[in-house]
Amino acid sequence: MPVPKRKMSRSNTRSRRSQWKASAPTLVTCARCKEKRPSHTACPNCGTYAKRRVLDV
Amino acid sequence: MPTPTKGARLGGGPAHERLMLANLATALFEHGKITTTEAKAKRLRPLAERLITFAKRGDLAARRKVMTVVRDKTVVHMLFTEIGPQYAGRPGGYTRITKIGPRKGDNAPMAVIELVEPMAEQVVAEATGAAKRAAKEREEATTEVVEESAVEETVVEEAGDEAGDVASDEVSDEIVEDTVEEVADEQAGEQADEQASEEGADDAK
Repeated sequence: MPVPKRKMSRSNTRSRRSQWKASAPTLVTCARCKEKRPSHTACPNCGTYAKRRVLDV
Repeated sequence: MPTPTKGARLGGGPAHERLMLANLATALFEHGKITTTEAKAKRLRPLAERLITFAKRGDLAARRKVMTVVRDKTVVHMLFTEIGPQYAGRPGGYTRITKIGPRKGDNAPMAVIELVEPMAEQVVAEATGAAKRAAKEREEATTEVVEESAVEETVVEEAGDEAGDVASDEVSDEIVEDTVEEVADEQAGEQADEQASEEGADDAK
């Protein structure tokens, strides 16, 4: 079974990990309660989507 | 080559998948609204709507077809007697999927799948509509409306008495009726507003 010949240096490890990036979620303002929520999703704050109650908050 | 089924594959095998979808359909017809993952909801929608179409047809053959999927006879009976006739005038589209965001624990995207237009649903929609209207009216004329309505009520009562006794002008009667209706609407709207948007709107304010 093939295995790495050399230990990977800290520098190389960190260089690779420098490409790990978090992206900000796209949020829209809820028309009903003015909170931020993900688009095309029921509002987690007021529990409505398209003026319709979906969740019991 | 057969066309592959749309959507995600569920479970550990075809039998497992069939069982899960049948259980989901049973739960949906039993409760009218279930919370599940987006993938399962998307797979469930065509199956559930096909079963409702069988229920609309309503004959014995259709019932036996449905019994091969939904094993619970009480649920099948409810499907054929209540849910099917409810959608007699609706050409498909009996379910609604609403995404509700990721689940805590495994971050799976969750969704609510429900049968459209149960009675409670309409009531809620009307209540929110009434709440919006009431809010608009309040924004336009804030506290004066309430005082005026109180004054108008007393005026209306007096005017009604006069109309009964003296039979005054028709024009004034019409105006009085209009004001009565407005006052009633405002009161109804405010009540609906209090019921419907207790937490959400108030929190935002």
